[in-house]
Amino acid sequence: MAANDLVDSAGNGGLGRPRGIWAALHLDPLLLFLLTALVCGGLFILYSGADRNIDVVKAQGIRLGVAFVVMLVFAQLDPAVFRRWAPWLYIAGVGALIAVLLVGVGAKGAQRWLALPGLPRFQPSEIMKLVVPMMAAWYLSRHYLPPRNRHVFVGLAIVLVPMVMIMQQPDLGTSLLVGMAGIFVVFFAGISWKLIAAFAALVGVSAPAMWFFVMREYQKQRVLTLLDPQSDPLGAGWNIIQSKTAIGSGGIEGKGWLQGTQSHLEFLPESHTDFIVAVLAEEFGFIGVTVLMILYFLIILRCLYISVTAQDSFSRLLAGALTMTFFIYIFVNVGMVSGLLPVVGVPLPLISYGGTSGVTLMAAFGVLMSIQTHRRMITA
Amino acid sequence: MPWGEFKDTAAERRLFQRRTMVMLTLVFVCLTGLLARMYQLQVIEHDIYTTLSDKNRVQVQSVPPPRGLIYDRNGILLAENRPVFSVTLVPERVDGMDESIANLGNILDVSEEDLERFERRLREPRRPFQEIPLRYDLTDGEIARLAVHRHELPGVEVKAELVRYYPHSELTAHALGFVGRINRDELQRIDPVNYAGTNYIGKSGIERFYEEILHGQVGYQHVETNARGRTLRVLERENPVPGEDLKLHLDLRLQQRAHELLDGRRGAIVAIEPETGGILALASVPGFDANKFVTGISVKDYRALSESRDKPLFNRALRGQYPPGSTLKPMLAIAALDSDVTTRDYTIWDPGYFRLNESGRRYRDWKRGGHGWVDLMDAMAESCDIYFYEVAVKMGVDTMHSYLSHFGFGEDAALDVSGALSGLLPSRDWKRAMRNEPWYPGDSVNLGIGQGFMLATPLQLATATSLIANRGIWSEPRLLRDIEGDTPVETYLPEQTHEPLKLDNPDDWEFVVRTMEEVMHGRKGTARKAGADSSYRMAGKTGTAQVFSLAEDEEYDAEEIRERLRDHALFVGFAPVDNPKIAVAVIVENGGGGSSTAAPVARELFDAWLLEFGQQPESLVSDVRSQGVNDGSE
Repeated sequence: MAANDLVDSAGNGGLGRPRGIWAALHLDPLLLFLLTALVCGGLFILYSGADRNIDVVKAQGIRLGVAFVVMLVFAQLDPAVFRRWAPWLYIAGVGALIAVLLVGVGAKGAQRWLALPGLPRFQPSEIMKLVVPMMAAWYLSRHYLPPRNRHVFVGLAIVLVPMVMIMQQPDLGTSLLVGMAGIFVVFFAGISWKLIAAFAALVGVSAPAMWFFVMREYQKQRVLTLLDPQSDPLGAGWNIIQSKTAIGSGGIEGKGWLQGTQSHLEFLPESHTDFIVAVLAEEFGFIGVTVLMILYFLIILRCLYISVTAQDSFSRLLAGALTMTFFIYIFVNVGMVSGLLPVVGVPLPLISYGGTSGVTLMAAFGVLMSIQTHRRMITA
Repeated sequence: MPWGEFKDTAAERRLFQRRTMVMLTLVFVCLTGLLARMYQLQVIEHDIYTTLSDKNRVQVQSVPPPRGLIYDRNGILLAENRPVFSVTLVPERVDGMDESIANLGNILDVSEEDLERFERRLREPRRPFQEIPLRYDLTDGEIARLAVHRHELPGVEVKAELVRYYPHSELTAHALGFVGRINRDELQRIDPVNYAGTNYIGKSGIERFYEEILHGQVGYQHVETNARGRTLRVLERENPVPGEDLKLHLDLRLQQRAHELLDGRRGAIVAIEPETGGILALASVPGFDANKFVTGISVKDYRALSESRDKPLFNRALRGQYPPGSTLKPMLAIAALDSDVTTRDYTIWDPGYFRLNESGRRYRDWKRGGHGWVDLMDAMAESCDIYFYEVAVKMGVDTMHSYLSHFGFGEDAALDVSGALSGLLPSRDWKRAMRNEPWYPGDSVNLGIGQGFMLATPLQLATATSLIANRGIWSEPRLLRDIEGDTPVETYLPEQTHEPLKLDNPDDWEFVVRTMEEVMHGRKGTARKAGADSSYRMAGKTGTAQVFSLAEDEEYDAEEIRERLRDHALFVGFAPVDNPKIAVAVIVENGGGGSSTAAPVARELFDAWLLEFGQQPESLVSDVRSQGVNDGSE
């Protein structure tokens, strides 16, 4: 196996290995093509979801352009750079999260932003989506894999500290994504199935305690609403009922682009942000949803291929975890909009309007491209 | 070499590959699961959600029918519908009622009174999602300002609504009645479906009587609305059936003349076309502006109207119950002739008083010293009370009651005049029931000159006069002439509800008409001044109704009595005599004498109707010619 990779990296044309201009730019053409297709399709849906507001589409276009540049920059860096910087980035990130809890700014009872003098306002928790898996991968890849139990616990501690801090802001969606990113690293590192079963049991037991002692009232409400949206059809249940109605009324072929009544008549809330997949489902029907899911699946497939073929453990763990984080975005968002999961503030990756998540996601794809294109030229 | 490379073993790589396969499976299962969920919603449960979606966006709205118009006999518009822009609030959709109203107050003029009315209506029971008007009659500027701020004000709408408008309101308020907002009692009574979009209902008069056909049939439209309930477009519409237009017998010119003639006084005029029973004029003075009542009158204005000493809201023509006085004498003359208690030649000596027996109370004549020898013709022309005292006693109450009933006294004989009162036609039974007393001969004496218990409305007097003009043939008074629509007039106006009054000697009609003619044109006629110099012949009878009774021998001086206690002046009559076109009853409250005050008013009306407004000039000419023949025979 290793010999094959070395041959590939020597430029003998292994499966999907970039060559020529792509290698020089450190880009993976297949992944780039899939992402471009997703982003362009997403802008069309956004135009409809934002009720034909071209300004929204322009703003999103600019934001995605910036994100592509960020991706390009990340792709140029050698994975070894990420590995070297991981501990320092992690320390800086946790420091920033402490600062957010102390002096952060925000709205609606949540402190998420840090406004440091001389720097643009930013959201440290967003950066942690990259930094936490990097740190976990750095720590676990220092030792033989599969990790020993104590390494697993240290790795989980590395994940849980920032996760709990983000939860305190409170920002359930981001803390979930950061936590999952770290846990995927631990999983890919090879944590034993016994330990996984033990953790699952622990979560099962502690869930009621979480319900009574940790979860806030509005979070409980979201879970209850999921179970019975009709209990409060004009309040908390409104979003779910309206998004399910939008999706269901789309049928197989959909009502046509810009023809969705639910979104254009303002019944569907957040139609250009978190609930945008309902617009797609209403206007393009089951066919449109299937195409989107296939596109996402192809992206994940390509990223997992990159992970598997990566040269070292750090790169593999980081690439695998970032890929699965991308998947979690999709699953939580679509699950929420279709009424399978409680309402959590997770956008549909690369399609929902706004937020810094687009930039973070593209940075992650930059890391994946970096891993794919930076190969040690070792000849046998 | 970095340490990472050192331990990059095949075992670690295989471990990672296994874990990746697990994750790939997880991803595949989860994405398939999401698709399955979508399949469930979009394919299996598609119909349910399509219905939900349509229910969301499609609402059924009622479209109120435009109310039928009302025209006078010449096609002049008396009641129309005018678009009025009002700002309304739907309480269910407003967030923060006080705040919204405060904001609106910055954009529009909202008076204390508007607020008061709004809050009153907010507390009243209403249909859900029904808008409550805050202010009516918005100006263009206010509409524009509201449009700018509309997005800040959910639940606030500018509504164009057709509202009843009476262009000649002061003149027609009492004749037409008016519409007003549907109140709580009416809400119980009306058909909720047909009135789903209607805010107004006929409150009185014609508007009330013909409510059913004036209203029309409600229409519907399916409209697409957004989540805030704003209508975006109409998907399907079933138009309302507009109310049917009414054409009345009323002539606005005559109505206006009647008002002018009574201007500055209090009184009523009812003019009827004898042949058809059509009411040509129905005036009660002072009138009021009915338009104020349509959208809800302010407390201040209402108080001013209701507390005025002149009682402008009181419909004297239909509800004013007055002692008819001597205007009852023509009807009593018919009764006396037909019941054979007198003849045309029967003569009495009038000493100026009448006594039931030698030592009884003296019933005075209006003329001190009396009229001397009088027959029926003289008694009518000079309005001799003594003659009628005597025949009244001879007839007795039962006979008088029977004949007067035939003339429509004591009942509301009108076909489509809502709110008309029945007056009071006394009888033995009535007196026994009401006063627990027998009928005394003295009561008959009083009834003989239309005093005592007897009460009649101007409409009843005009009706009875019209019956004389028709020589006993009834044509019940009515306002409606024609319905411009599908509903046949007969639905509301039955052919005939009263039997004609047949006399043993039909010629008695002509005789009594001639006595009335004598009142107008005779040498001693009480209304000879009013009847002088006319190109046609008229018949009439003056009357004076006492507002309070005088003791037997008390002297009476109009000068000394405060104006409000002066007698009411009355007059009934019709013209031309042989081919009556108009019959009138005039009452001027506290006007003094009928001959001096009321008769000239009637003459003006006759002239206006017969000469000025040019009703069938040919027939007038023939009338004059026939008068000439009559003159020659006298």
